[in-house]
This record gives sequence, structure tokens and C-alpha cells, in this order.
Amino acid sequence: MAKLTSLFVILLSFFCISEAVFEDQVGKFDWRQQYVGKTLFAHFESNTQSSKKMFVATDKNIFASFNSRTGDLLWRHVDKTGPEGSIDILLLHGQDALMVVGDGRLLRSWDTNIGGLNWEAVLDTGSFQAACFVAIQDTVKLVAVLKKAAISLHYLSNGHQKWVENLPDSDAVQYQAVYSGGEEEVYVLGVVPNSHLTIIAYSLEDGEIIKSVEASWLSSIESSCVVVGQGVLMCVDPATLALYTLPIQAEETPEFSQILLQSLDLEVFPGFQPVLVSSQPHPARSPLSEFFLQLGPDHHVLLQLNADGYTIAPLRDFQPAFLVSFATTGKKTVAAVMTPKNETACAINLFSVDSGRRLLDTTVLFPLEPNGGKPHTLYVHAFLKKDDSVGYRVLVQTQDHALTFIQQPGRVVWTREEALADVVTMEMVDLPLTGTQAELEGEFGKKADGLFPMVLKRLSSQVTLLQAWLAHLWKLFYEARKPRSQVKNEVTIETLSRDEFNLQKMMVMVTASGKVRREGVTASGKVRREGLFGIDSKSGSILWKHYLENVQPNAAFKLIVQRTTAHFPHPPQCTLLIKDKDTGLATLHVFNPIFGRKSHIALPALPRPILQSLLLPVIDQDYAKVLLLVDDQYKVTAFPSTKNVLQQLQEMASSIFFYLIRSDQGNLSGFRLRKDLSTERIWEVVLPTEVQKIVAVKGKRPNEHVHSQGRVMGDRSVLYKYLNPNLLAVVTESTDTHPERAFVGVFLVDGVTGRIIHEAVQRKARGPVHFVHSENWVVYEYWNTKSRRNEFSVLELFEGTELYNSTVFSSLDRPHLPQVLQQTYIFPSPITTMEATLTEKGITSRHLLVGLPSGAILSLPKMFLDPRRPEVVTEHSREENLIPYAPEMPIRTEWFINYNQTVARVKGIYTAPSGLESTCLVVAYGLDIYQTRVYPSKQFDVLKDDYDYVLISSVLFALFFATMISKRLAQVKLLNRAWR
Amino acid sequence: MASVPRLCLLLSIIPTILILCADFACCNTGRKTGDGLDTDFSGFSVPLEHSFEVDDVSRFRMRGALQLRGGRETSVSLSQSQLSEEDRNTLKEVAAVDGLYKIRVPRVSLTDRQTERQMDGYLTAFVRACSLVESHLSDVITLHTDVSGYLIGVSIVTIPGACRGTEVEDEVDLEAFNTTLTIIPPTNAPQPETALFIERMDIEHEKRGKPQEQKSFFAKYWYLILGGAIFLMASSSAQPSAGGAEEQQS
Repeated sequence: MAKLTSLFVILLSFFCISEAVFEDQVGKFDWRQQYVGKTLFAHFESNTQSSKKMFVATDKNIFASFNSRTGDLLWRHVDKTGPEGSIDILLLHGQDALMVVGDGRLLRSWDTNIGGLNWEAVLDTGSFQAACFVAIQDTVKLVAVLKKAAISLHYLSNGHQKWVENLPDSDAVQYQAVYSGGEEEVYVLGVVPNSHLTIIAYSLEDGEIIKSVEASWLSSIESSCVVVGQGVLMCVDPATLALYTLPIQAEETPEFSQILLQSLDLEVFPGFQPVLVSSQPHPARSPLSEFFLQLGPDHHVLLQLNADGYTIAPLRDFQPAFLVSFATTGKKTVAAVMTPKNETACAINLFSVDSGRRLLDTTVLFPLEPNGGKPHTLYVHAFLKKDDSVGYRVLVQTQDHALTFIQQPGRVVWTREEALADVVTMEMVDLPLTGTQAELEGEFGKKADGLFPMVLKRLSSQVTLLQAWLAHLWKLFYEARKPRSQVKNEVTIETLSRDEFNLQKMMVMVTASGKVRREGVTASGKVRREGLFGIDSKSGSILWKHYLENVQPNAAFKLIVQRTTAHFPHPPQCTLLIKDKDTGLATLHVFNPIFGRKSHIALPALPRPILQSLLLPVIDQDYAKVLLLVDDQYKVTAFPSTKNVLQQLQEMASSIFFYLIRSDQGNLSGFRLRKDLSTERIWEVVLPTEVQKIVAVKGKRPNEHVHSQGRVMGDRSVLYKYLNPNLLAVVTESTDTHPERAFVGVFLVDGVTGRIIHEAVQRKARGPVHFVHSENWVVYEYWNTKSRRNEFSVLELFEGTELYNSTVFSSLDRPHLPQVLQQTYIFPSPITTMEATLTEKGITSRHLLVGLPSGAILSLPKMFLDPRRPEVVTEHSREENLIPYAPEMPIRTEWFINYNQTVARVKGIYTAPSGLESTCLVVAYGLDIYQTRVYPSKQFDVLKDDYDYVLISSVLFALFFATMISKRLAQVKLLNRAWR
Repeated sequence: MASVPRLCLLLSIIPTILILCADFACCNTGRKTGDGLDTDFSGFSVPLEHSFEVDDVSRFRMRGALQLRGGRETSVSLSQSQLSEEDRNTLKEVAAVDGLYKIRVPRVSLTDRQTERQMDGYLTAFVRACSLVESHLSDVITLHTDVSGYLIGVSIVTIPGACRGTEVEDEVDLEAFNTTLTIIPPTNAPQPETALFIERMDIEHEKRGKPQEQKSFFAKYWYLILGGAIFLMASSSAQPSAGGAEEQQS
């Protein structure tokens, strides 16, 4: 019986022909980096030296835990995007992490050890205001959640509600803070603007209002107030430049007592809103009586509230000081202060809170990168060392969302570039040649000057090559003696060079910070490491980063490669076009994509809003492609705009066409360039906005190659493809959203002549539409409102069995409309993004890379999306290898190119050709970044790893000798016969 | 039985060929082609204008009148006059400097029965003047409508479309347009062909022969179960005796 089953298993395994990666290939050609986004709340696990965990909640609605020794993710919870999953607050106590999610919608408790959910409680409606832990008899048992109109207390152990009370007079009073100092009461503080302050004390037991006092309030705005010392409310008022103290727990109607800042010899930086920072180390105890007052952008003062609760003593003045933070370990509380040291570093020192004295040997240096962001927040992890002194580690968050973890004495343990959680666009750039390769290239590039110098030049370059080879051999020999673990493939900018098959490239990624106050954009370069040894752990390391300041929050980006690395000695050049969406004004950032350095090139002045940018195939004398920018008066600016370029443009003007799309007006129009760089409108297509609106327009990728002009059919005739490089796919959605009348329109428009090549309407369909336009086909995906499912549709364009003009394609001379074939399939999953593979010469068959919401990336063969798939199998269709039509598109798990390395919230997929025809490089980005290679037609141009060189060469030699011997024998035999 | 696959084949061709121009109306005399049944949608006419200038600044002049007829069956016809001597010369001059010949029609709705059929703005298209001259004014004008009958685009091509630089000697060739006029509504994209697929599966199933009657599990595998049972019984009866023998030995 066992034999039978094993036979069955073997048989089964024959049917499942796997396309997926093998186990030993995992991580060999691919890597994934997981990110969390901009940190909003960060906590360290416990105050011992050995603790390794830290917890962050981010603006991407993620709650995650890092290993603080390595910076790796221990676990991560990705919640819904948008306000529904936004994290309002994160509180940490012991093993429990409390979180309020979705503007007070849910209260969650997590087990910090394993990241499991302890419990989840649905809160009453109302927007979230504040939350704090509440302790009963020195143990934290409850959590209080303050909403706009109610306060509720929940048990920490199971989330059950202890009580909920409506706040009195919640229409007029803005309740903003909740405070518990370990007594039997919980205090809610509310303010009536311009009038008074309300303090309500609730009994912990039953939520009864013990007392409600109204305190006079001086200022109109609710300025920053904190609770310090034994329940004393401390407020700072920028109008009167004074501190106000008010005992919360007072029996009678309390009065604010005023302390003028002047009396403390303090002066507020003009125009600065003073900020108070206090600390409550343990929820069961009252806060510290020491607090920080920030008086200016780099001026902090440590103050102490005296025991009488009315007077304040200044402890220490910190100027300059960027950031301050309290940290508590055991009974000791320290203050960490970051001060600027010099151009390249900041110093962080610890100060004793009680006395304001600096603790010895606590200086830590934080390196400032010249192109990085400034420090933004300081999170300090203090602990007691064995000798009872305070040690600490510090997590610094900079403006570019990078997290840097520093240990004493100033060693950067790890850095996480969290800006990469929000990649907007990216490009892949070839790496430069090595010096020797460049030397050879240069030799061919130079003008020939006689035979003898040429020979000399050749010889000298051969010598340099030999030198390089010997150096390489020496390095190999030297490293072979070291243990393998010590041999590191250090990736530095100096060692960057193109590999044999151009599989290693520089990824230039543009990131944008989402809903952050101080907006920033980082263009960070990352290198792909193609581990030829399979041991490389440094893949995906960041080689340079550049932080761009003063970028508008809703800017649109376009990354353009103007000059590749192919033009030695000219450096490669990338241009980032940053366009403000509101004003349309654009700025250019020109940089070298390999080193990230900003190029010092004269940038054109762009005083008018930019409508369109287009990269021309025209190159200037320095081999940079020309970028044309069209402004709102349809005037054209060229970049670079040298004399040479302008001359070329004038010559070519009549053959430069471009299109503009105004989706708000449904207007598509075409323009032609005139010799004086003005433009004329030559065509116009208008889609009435009452009926449908344009949602997306895609042309073809300029670096796409199509190898075969047609398809050979079963009867040996050729069906020629309609390969119009100027074709635009315009997708519209109906304004009528009724499921019966909604539709999705697909227009194929020639970008030069404005001719509508095809116009298809998908009835009873709705977006979001994802589509890919390539070669002679368009694939789009939509939601079928009638059948309630996702469907894929493919359009293919053919010229027919005869080609109109086989030598060159011109949009101006193609009078006949192409044949359009279309087929539609059911797709069993929603999708988030779609892209097609791209290879060097376009010989390899195409696959579609489909990003699914589950985080998987599906490599769907284009063969399945072929409108010529026959309903009935015939001899011809079998000959053509057409798959019979089936309405449902399969999803096979072995088509997932990222096996279990899911890419959370995949937003885009980028494909780039490599030097190997069979191989396409893929980068999927979203919250995570995943890089891999795909082989749509298998590795037909690569010998396998286990290729038997010995066998094949021995067979060759054997055959060779056999021929030699048999030849000799034959000769002897012939001779003998002749003698006979 | 044999006729069924052929039918299927026929049906399979229909969804794949989608380029179905709805109505053709080839005319240069102003002959109307609509049938008179749709009296509700009486035709209306819009101007077709053209512009060809040596300095490439658009100055549109009347070329003809498009007679549009909306309703269930949209149709279009064109009445146009001949080119004047002056126009012919201008056209030749424009062709010589590789200028453009542009046409435009106003944006109209074919189905909207209100008095305001016309919206502001025009739909414009162009062709190289030289190709128009070299093709002896044989052009193909296509009007595109959207789902609700608005004109959304116009295109003009000449047949042949290339500019080879051949001189047009005969003035007569440039007098009258030889226009092919088409109006193309959007094609309906196909839905997934589930019904046909199921039908085909059924036919294939039938072809393979009647499906076996659904027998019960025991009816299907009685011999295996019986065999298994006998095997078990045989082995169990053999084992104790062997064990017993061993015990005796020890």
C-alpha cells in the first residue's frame, strides 16, 4: 500500500511543473526591506541594559517592534490605511502596549513579547482627545480614555469597561487632557476659550463626580499646559510671557498664580511659542517637579517647581540645545540634551534632573550628514549600569524620517531610512564602468592619430588591464587565507562598477513624506548587489542620500535620466522635476545618480507653471538628452539649452509633436513645435466631462524593444502587429456611478495626429482601472459592477497580414485603422498595481507582474491574456500554441515571484532590462521594497549552475582524438591497400 | 453532432473581430443615406471648416456642410463645394513648404434633442498638405462619438498617405474632394464568455460519452475493500500463530 501511495506521489509530482524558486535560491537574487514609516510614538521595553525591544507606532498606521541591537523588525502589524487605522496614542506599561486606533474607534492591547493582540474593545463614538494609565494602590490596572464628550475607564487585563461618564457641558467646554497621579481620582481638564478652565475629578470606583471646579483663565488660546509635581498644572502664556501654576487637587476654587518669565531672567525668542516638557515616570506617582521650558528654536531651560507649588527655581540654562528629553531608570531621572558641536556632529549629554549637573562620561556624538535632515525627536533609553551609574542609548529621529540608534560612547548601532516606506517614483541606472574598462572605451572613442601612437596606446591599455588582473589575483590570494566570514564584500561608491551582465544597477528612488508637518523629500540611492557568491548580506544597502528641503507637500515628481553612464567621461545625469500641484510651478534638481551629488549646471528659469515635460531623443554635444518643458502659455523651454541644442531643435521643430491632457476639461490636444520654439495647436479631442472623466493616460515606455514584427499563424501566414510608438491609451470612467449604467472607456489615441484608433466601452464596469500599455497591446483590469468581480481585458492591435510600410513607422502615413481583437477574463482577486516585464531586446516572452493586496506579486504570462485564444481548438491554433479560451484566469501559487516575502501595501512595480536577454529586474515598492529578477522564458541564455563542464570537454577531446586516430588509421589502411 | 463544433467556431469568431464600423456613408454629392423612419431625429447640419495657410496660422474657412442624423441609426453625409482656383494655389504652396491642412467641426451631440445641440469648442484634426495634394484630394474623414452620442473626435487621413514629392500637374485633380466619411460609435468591449465556455464544456463532456452513473462508494470500490479485508484477515490470522511460535521457543 505504501508503495502505491509513493508511486502516486511521484506521479503527481510529474504533473506539477514548478516555475517557482527553489529553496536554495531563496534570497540569492532577491532581497526585501521592511519599513514602518515616520515614527509618531516610540517606547523602549524596560529600563535594563539587556533589553532589546523597542516599539514604535507610525503615521503609516503601523505598530512594530524593533530589535534595538540590530534595527531589524521583530514583528509588525499593518493596519488599514487612512484615518480608519490611524494610531492616536501608544502607551506602554510592562508587557502591555495600549493603543487607541482610528480617532477613538478602538482600544487595543498588545502583548509586547510576541506582538499578539491581547484584546480589543470598541469605544463609543466621539473623537479622541487623550488617554492615560490609571493606577490603584500603586499598581496600574486601568486606562482612561478621554473623548470629546465622554470619559471611559477600561481594565488593563481584559479591556472591559469599568465605567463611562458623559462629560458635563461638553458643547461649550473643550476637554483636552486627562490626568491621574496615583490617587483615587482621575482629573479631566477642559477649557472654555476666553473664559475659564474646568477641572472635573471623577472617583475611580464608580465614576461619580467628586468635584467640579472652575478656574479663572487668562489667555484666549489654549496654550501648552503640563502637570508637574504634586498635581500642579503648569501653563505658559506667550501673550503675558508668564508661567501660571494651579493646584488641581485644591479643595476650593483655585486661583492661578502668575510667575513672570522676566522674574526668572528668561527671555522668549521673538515670535516663538514657548513649549513645556514634563515627565511622569510612573503612572502611579505624580510627575516630576522638574520640567523643561523651550524658549526658542535652540534654547531650553530646566526649571524646578518648589515644594510650595508657587515658586519656580531655574536649574540650568541650555543654549544652544536642539532637543531635550527626560528618561527614567529606577529612581533616577535624567535629562538628555542635544547640543550642536560642529558642522558634522551634535553632542548629546545627560544631566541630573535634581541638580542640573552634567553627568560625567555621558557624551554621545550624533553624526550629522551634510545632505541629511536635521534631528527632530529624541528618544532616550536610560538604564542603570552595574556600578549604579546611569547609562543610556538614544534613538534620534531626523527630519527625513531616518531613525538612528546610538550607543555609548557614540557608536551608531543602526540607521533605518524610514522615508523609503513612501517611494513615489524610481529609476534604475546602469553602474559606471571600472577604470580599466573606461580606459578601453576611451581608446575607441578617441580620434585616430597615426598607426604608431595607436599601437602604443593599445599596448599601454593592455598593460593596465594586466595590472588590474594581477591586482585582482593578488587580492583573491590574500583573501583566500582569511576565514570566509571575515571576507566582506564592502559596497562603497569607490568599488561600484558594472558587472558582466549588467545585473547590478543603481536604483534611484524618490520618496515623499506623507502627512507630515515639515515636508521633505529624499532622493536616496540604493544599490542592488548581485551576489555572485550567494553570501552577500549587504544587498540593498543605501549608498547615498540627499535630502531636499522646501518641497511643497503635494508636489508631483518626475524622475528623468538625461544621460546614462554610457558616455564616459561625462558623468551620468538625472533630473528630478518637482512640480507644485497647486501653482504648477516647477523646479529642477539635477544630480549624478551614482554618487548623488548635485550637479552644478545652470538651470533654466521657470517662472511659469509647467504643463508638460518631454524627453527628446535629441542629444547635445555632451550626450545629454534634451528635456523640453512646456509652460501654460505653450512656450517651450529646453534644458540643457545650449546653442547646439537650440540649433538642433530648430532643424527638427516640424517633426516634434507633443500632447497635453486636461482631465478636468476632458480635453486632449496636440501641438507641433515651431522653429522659434513656440507651438501651434494642431488637433483637439474633447471627451465631455458630463459623461466621462479621464482617469489615466499611458504611452509606451521609450526603452521598450519589440523583437518580432508579427506573429506567425497556423497557416504560416504572418499577422503583423500594429506597433505605433506614439499610441496613447486613455482610460475614462463614467460620471454616472449607477451599477447598471457605469462604464469604463478605453481610447487608443495617436499622440501625433490625434486620431482615435480605437474606442471601446466596457459596460457595467467601474474603476479603479489598472492598465499596462506595451508593444501592440493594452491590458486593463476593472471591477464588473453587475457580476461583482474583477475582470481583465486585453486589446491587441494588428495591421493585418500585410504591412503598410515595413521600413519605418510614421503616424502621419498610416491611413488604415488596425484590426483590434479583444477578450475578457475573470480574475479571482483584486489587484493593486500592474506592470509588464521588460528585457533588453524584447525576444523573451512578456509576463505581467500583478501586485495583489495580499502582498504577493504574481507573474502572469501574457500568453494567458491573448485575444486570439480560441473557443474551439483547431489544428491551426494548436500549431500556434494558443491556449484554449477559459473565462477564468488562474492564479497559481508558483507564479508568485516573491514566495513568502510579501510586499505590504505594494504601490508600484518597476521593471528594468538587464544585460541578459532572459532576465528582467523587478523592484516592487510600497511599504516594503522587494527586488528580484524574473526569467519569463526561463534562463535560456545562461548555463545552469550544475552544468557539467568536465563531461562536455572530455567528450569533445575524446572525439577530437578519436578523429585524429581514425584519420591516421585510415591513412595507414589506404597506404597498405595501395601497396597491395 | 458534427454541426455543433462548426457553430461554435462561427460563434468564436464574432467576439474576436471587433472592428465593426457601424455605418458607412460614402458621398461627395450631398446624398442623404438615412432612412426616413426616424422622424424624431431629423437631421441637422454643422459646418465642416478647413484651414491651410503658408504661415501655419489657422484661418478656418467653410469647406462643406455635414448632415448629421442621430437616433438609433446615426448617419452622416457631407455636401461640399469645389476648391476655388485661389484655394488650389494656396494648397499647393502649403504643400511645398510642408504645411498642414487642418479641418474642424463644432462639438455637437447627435442624440440631445434640446435646441442647444452645440457646445462651445471645436474638434480639430490635421493632415500634411502635401499628402492631400498627392492623393488628389482623396481623404477619409472619420467622426467618433462617445456612448451618449457626443462627437468627441474627428480624424482625417489621405489614401495614399505618403508624401513622395510627386508633382500634381493636372489642375482638375485638385478641384473636387473625393471624401469617404464615416462615423464610428464606441465598440462594446466583450464580457467574459462564460456561457459559451460552459456550453462547450458540456458538449465535450457529452462527446466523451455518457458520464458514469454515480455509484456509491461501496459499489465502486467493493472489490478493493473486500481484497483489503481478506488481506487483513489473512495477515492477522497468520501473525498470532507466528508470535505464539516465538513464545514457545523462548
